[in-house]
Amino acid sequence: MENATFLGYRRPNGAVGIRNHVAILAVMDNVNGVVRNLGQLIKGTVPIPVWYGRGQFGEDDVLFRRTQVGLATNPNIASVLVISLEKVSAGKVAAAIAEKGVPVEHLSVQDVGGTVETIAQAMRILQKMVRKASQQRRELVPLSELTLGVECGGTDTTSGIASNPALGYVADKIVAAGGKVFLTETSEWMGAEQVLAARAVSESVAADIWKSTGRIEADARARGVDIRGANPVPDNIRGGISTLEEKSLGAIIKGGTTPVCGVLPYATPAPTGGLYLMDTAAPAAESMTGIAAGGAQLIIFSTGQMNIMGCTVAPTIKVTANPRTAARLADNVDVDVSAMLAGETLQQAGGRLYGFAKEVCEGTLTSAEIFGDEDIAISRLQPTV
Amino acid sequence: MDKQAIVLHPEDNVATAIADLEKGDTVQIAGRATCIASELVPFGHKIALAPIAAGQAVIKYGENIGLAASDIGLGACVHVHNIDSQRGRGDRAGEGK
Repeated sequence: MENATFLGYRRPNGAVGIRNHVAILAVMDNVNGVVRNLGQLIKGTVPIPVWYGRGQFGEDDVLFRRTQVGLATNPNIASVLVISLEKVSAGKVAAAIAEKGVPVEHLSVQDVGGTVETIAQAMRILQKMVRKASQQRRELVPLSELTLGVECGGTDTTSGIASNPALGYVADKIVAAGGKVFLTETSEWMGAEQVLAARAVSESVAADIWKSTGRIEADARARGVDIRGANPVPDNIRGGISTLEEKSLGAIIKGGTTPVCGVLPYATPAPTGGLYLMDTAAPAAESMTGIAAGGAQLIIFSTGQMNIMGCTVAPTIKVTANPRTAARLADNVDVDVSAMLAGETLQQAGGRLYGFAKEVCEGTLTSAEIFGDEDIAISRLQPTV
Repeated sequence: MDKQAIVLHPEDNVATAIADLEKGDTVQIAGRATCIASELVPFGHKIALAPIAAGQAVIKYGENIGLAASDIGLGACVHVHNIDSQRGRGDRAGEGK
């Protein structure tokens, strides 16, 4: 992997971003309106509204805050304005962000004096933050600085045959360069555990893979339900996917062929270079939020029938191998690898996808970014009190 | 012109159609004998490359993707109507499995 470099934004804490956003982070849902309005008012910002964030406790609260702070400290974020209803929570979240070496300020609506005053003060803070961010220039950095999240959604049988292999080809190149890759969506390891476990770097990692899917099996048994009601979803079935096992065996191919270094909890950074599994829900919003909160700067999203969604924090590339989708939903497709069904080689198609991914790392916008088909959703573990 | 289907592993007993296969179409499968579709197999759906008896594994990617829910004939469409997933089946929790 000679010349494996790209032009990125080196942060004060050493991380490298592929975007240079100023984040406006809601600590809890009651300030989402202020956060969204500020996103409209100030160019160069990304609003990160959240649902819940108040009344959560125990493990659920820990997960929520870790994810929220992880999103705000993703390397694509230059600085953060934290907004909450009251100052205790605003201060706590801001302190957690500052601890990660990311410039941050915070405001509480109750203390500032309502919506209008908060927006006025926030606009002045954000003006300075955006100006400062705009003064930074990209510099040449090694590809080993990149963490890639591999995602699939709107899956059909073309995913496992072609677009996931093309994505896996890119994942292997990132790992070969010393970078990190996250493979998520735990229910989509079910039926493919044996393949992943055979590539685990240790017996304990292999056991963690089985433990993760075992939890879902136990949950299905405890609830007395067939998870086929939830996965595969109707568009998977329309696209020819018959069982969860079939979907999983195709899905894991997008992680490439390198050893599985570990199984990480949701929204947790990878400790070293290599391929890591991350224990997440399967739907794109929750999965990509865990990926971005774990520090991935880029997501490549393989799709058959097309899921249009991207992640607010990590640019999301859509790749499809379904020629009908590539034609009918062309606006949403960044890379079309459907020629693989007609004989284009993995090296050719994977190489094209890798080339576009490097371009996106250096600033080329994805369809989901341009259209604003982006959101986040933080997984919940238990009801709020 | 013969239509195409893709087989992913030497042990697979299904191939994936990459065109809409009509009943009677001759299907070219790389590395395998040709096969005749016994019914409509839409784009992206699976065609049986061998008879699969009820309860036998349907093999794709060289792995078990579920059990045949009924006898599946050569050239038939293999999908949710005749293949049964074995994972996440909490609905069977009361069956003593």
